[in-house]
Amino acid sequence: MVVEFTPISAALGGIIIGLAATLLLATEGRIAGISGILAGLFKGGSDKLGALPWQAFFVAGMVGGGILLRFLAPELVATDVQLSAAWLIPAGLIVGVGTRVGNGCTSGHGVCGLSRFSARSLVATLSFMAAAMITVFITRTLAVGAFG
Amino acid sequence: MIRHIAIALSGLIFAIGLGVSQMTRPEKVLGFLDIFGNWDPSLAFVMGGAVLVYTISYPLISKRHRPLFAPRFYLPTRKDIDKRLVIGGALFGIGWGLAGFCPGPALTTASGGLTSALIFVPAMLVGILVADRFFAPKTA
Repeated sequence: MVVEFTPISAALGGIIIGLAATLLLATEGRIAGISGILAGLFKGGSDKLGALPWQAFFVAGMVGGGILLRFLAPELVATDVQLSAAWLIPAGLIVGVGTRVGNGCTSGHGVCGLSRFSARSLVATLSFMAAAMITVFITRTLAVGAFG
Repeated sequence: MIRHIAIALSGLIFAIGLGVSQMTRPEKVLGFLDIFGNWDPSLAFVMGGAVLVYTISYPLISKRHRPLFAPRFYLPTRKDIDKRLVIGGALFGIGWGLAGFCPGPALTTASGGLTSALIFVPAMLVGILVADRFFAPKTA
């Protein structure tokens, strides 16, 4: 895997993410936590805007953004990493379960939570960062997964 | 209608931010997590940029009487640190480290047509449904 240090585009992208979360907070008073928003799509008790839960509009916007990226910067939605379905499916399941049990992911805990100086989010962020780094260390050492 | 547009615009801008920061490239994410290998610290700058903006905007906005379009703020109030938080976080981290996808980038790249993400996202949604159905706290 070729990785290149890109601090400027990374910080710029982060600022854009922060602005998106700010827009959602200012207009709807909601936290932009993606796992929680996805979970809200399936909850009967979610606040609705018309026929659909409010989360549906955020997800629709993200999907639109993904489609836009495909046309504007296709290299950003492609990848050099080839992983099998047998690897991706368990990974996806664990991410889904983990974000719900832990009440958040990189956006809700990592971005919004740390900015609110939430001790819960700090603990969650340290936990998922450490687990992810250990997982990468192990898979790299064993030369499996993305490192195989 | 304005509410629908503002929410969707937040999602769209969020996805564009993920793209500009390259969070949408799992190899970039794995490069950041690979601290003992060929470490790429870029993603710390993503978090830094986002936290910088939100640290400024959050207190300014949340002290207002109400948001622009909704009747009130819906902000987390819990302060307790329990096992679920740590275990859930660790589980999420393991999955993140296995494939390099966290929920936002996975959804964005799946929409962009990336095959791996198109496999990952349905599995993630099943995980979300399973957790909310079977592992939800008894009090909630």
